[in-house]
Amino acid sequence: MLRGNESVAYAFKLARIDVFPMFPITPSTLVPERISKFIADGELDAEFIPLESEHSAISAAIGASLKGARVGTATASQGLALMHEILFIASGMRLPIVMGIGNRALSAPINIWCDHQDTMAERDAGWLQFYAESNQEGLDLILMAFKISEDKRVLLPSMVGLDAFVLTHTMEPVDVPEQEEIDEFIGKKKPEYLTLDANNPATFGAFGSPSHYMEFKYAQYLAMKNASVVIDEVFSEFTSKFGRKYSKINEEMMDDADIVFITLGSCTGTAREFIKMKRKEGKKIGLLKITVFRPFPKEEIRKALKGKKVVAVIDRNISFGFGGAVYGEVAAAMNGMDESPKIVDFIVGLGGRDITFNTFEEVLSIAEKAMNEEVDEINWIDVDKEAVEKEEII
Amino acid sequence: MKEITRGAVVKDAGNSVVNKTGSWRTFKPIINYEKCIRCMICWIYCPEPSIYKEDGKDYDAPKEPIKKLPVPVIDYDYCKGCGICVNECPVKAIDFVKEVK
Amino acid sequence: MKDEWLFAPGHGMCAGCVVPALVKHILAIAGKNTFVVNSTGCLEVATTEYPRTSWKVPWVHVAFENSAAVASGIEAAMKKFGEEGNIICFAGDGGTADIGMQALSGMVERGHDVLYVMYDNEAYMNTGIQRSGATPYGAWTTTSEVGKANPIGNLRPKKPVADIIAAHKAAYVATVNLAFFQDFKKKVEKAMKVKGPRFLHAIVTCPTGWRADPSKGIEIMRLATETGIFPLWENENGGKKRITYRPKKFKPVKEYFKLQSRFRHLSDDIIEKIQEDVDRWWKEHSE
Repeated sequence: MLRGNESVAYAFKLARIDVFPMFPITPSTLVPERISKFIADGELDAEFIPLESEHSAISAAIGASLKGARVGTATASQGLALMHEILFIASGMRLPIVMGIGNRALSAPINIWCDHQDTMAERDAGWLQFYAESNQEGLDLILMAFKISEDKRVLLPSMVGLDAFVLTHTMEPVDVPEQEEIDEFIGKKKPEYLTLDANNPATFGAFGSPSHYMEFKYAQYLAMKNASVVIDEVFSEFTSKFGRKYSKINEEMMDDADIVFITLGSCTGTAREFIKMKRKEGKKIGLLKITVFRPFPKEEIRKALKGKKVVAVIDRNISFGFGGAVYGEVAAAMNGMDESPKIVDFIVGLGGRDITFNTFEEVLSIAEKAMNEEVDEINWIDVDKEAVEKEEII
Repeated sequence: MKEITRGAVVKDAGNSVVNKTGSWRTFKPIINYEKCIRCMICWIYCPEPSIYKEDGKDYDAPKEPIKKLPVPVIDYDYCKGCGICVNECPVKAIDFVKEVK
Repeated sequence: MKDEWLFAPGHGMCAGCVVPALVKHILAIAGKNTFVVNSTGCLEVATTEYPRTSWKVPWVHVAFENSAAVASGIEAAMKKFGEEGNIICFAGDGGTADIGMQALSGMVERGHDVLYVMYDNEAYMNTGIQRSGATPYGAWTTTSEVGKANPIGNLRPKKPVADIIAAHKAAYVATVNLAFFQDFKKKVEKAMKVKGPRFLHAIVTCPTGWRADPSKGIEIMRLATETGIFPLWENENGGKKRITYRPKKFKPVKEYFKLQSRFRHLSDDIIEKIQEDVDRWWKEHSE
């Protein structure tokens, strides 16, 4: 039995990280605590750097990675937001750093509970993004993220999101692979590219003029495309070695479905049980879970949604002035489909508000209505709209 | 075709020498070796760096024994003509003349 | 025979900028087994325009404010791999005294084996002469403008960064001035020998930002110390400051100011006030 944060810590240990730079933040703090203990007990031979901010933690991660170290770190919410500037530099320098995220709401008001605002705000940072449904997925995805990020065709950093508290602090049974199995699966070899080396002095982080800058961005764009291929390879290798199946999107009960719920992260479990219950009542609902958000699995989603009538996107984030981020991306993925389903967005579970069967009842009723008539494009669920309408400007 | 490397890494250390910054110069320092006492202060302070040490035996010198010492030589490919060497020379052995191009 | 400096010409630093001279000497003393972390600033921008570089040692730039943190990561990786080598940060006064202060403080407090060099030209020169925390009282910059309502310019005293780092009990802290070359060399050599966090505060003339004749850079720096404005000192582990150069006869601060148009607006009263401040510092640091 492991908490989600422990899954991440065990994955870092199994990956034999060389350096672990960190700064504590709720709800991911247990990751560094466990790593500290692994090191103290002599179970992990790594350098632990307790930095004075997340900004410095990710900066130290870049320094260590440039020196050829395998680097892991963990953060959440404000910490990730503080890293924002440096996230783009890590991907621009093409460094395979892997980071565990305890997905948590962003201030203000300050809130320590779950939503996906923190990672969604970083979706353009050039990092691969994975979202775990369970602690097992958290562990497996971190391990696979190293193998994918370090692939020469990719060389981009990865972040793996685990929902705050729901996963990070909740005990679940987790199958922890044997060290030898992981050594064989990801291995630990010296980087096959230039690192900081006195015998081979190179300049890293040079100034890019308009004459060259765009080519480097195009190279990152291609690396993300390559990542899409590499992810499939690594997922299938993982399945053949460890038995657990992974794919960029997970389709369940989709064959005859008219309505499709699209989810990320831990609320998938609630959605699954809800759909199973409703299927007994004859409702044709399917479930599409997105595990890989960057690179965005456009093709896979397009294929999965073929012939469906209504797509209900469950967004645990809000892009103000637009709607949910996942909704926007799925809608874009549907561009060019012969007969596009209707797509409706649902903003749910911000700042740790519970996502329950009642939530999904409301989602379903709007989705069913959308089968035959126009409905609002963006729907906030479980929110006291009346109270906000009477908002006092004080 | 442009040279594009992973993450903009530059592997040819010191390849900025292809930029001949001597073209920036409007005034040109000229070392008067008959006066130069080989103190190397100009070599110390040249920021580019575009003053190098050479064997002094083939250069004029104020006194014969000084010829044994290394001599500062200005590399005009890079000298931007800032004049620090002119200003710092303790024996005023460096002339500063308008660049003719 | 051309000298093998570890810093190559052909860069875009201004004519008369003293920073490359500082870098070439520090690298010459540190040697080839040196890893440089450079904060965003003139030195970084002007020496590494892709696909060219002036650096002959491994060099990295990540951002403006985080060189000390990047260096911490490099040092940790070297520890893990059992590698030996020098790590040197070069950052301007803005990248050190202001935006990089937190990362620097953390790096020093944690005790990383890194030499951090602040090249101090007393303003954000790369962005066009904006005041920094290291801009001295009375200096004109483009964000401490001088006019009828403010005849002084920058109204605050210079942040004592070297003192702040010394208060961390850093292994070695020194102020250095290339114009005092033997003192400079001795201190850099010492900094390379000491283990742990080390900090050098180097004054460097920016002829562009100081509104000075490019040929006078070293002369102005010499006057900074001869007038007592930029004292040369060192200390170890937060111990007592050791003054390494005490002018036999101090020159008036006015001599330092008159070569720089950034101080041209100062009235005699203000100059007198600055002179008193300098005199007081030396009185407090008398033998």
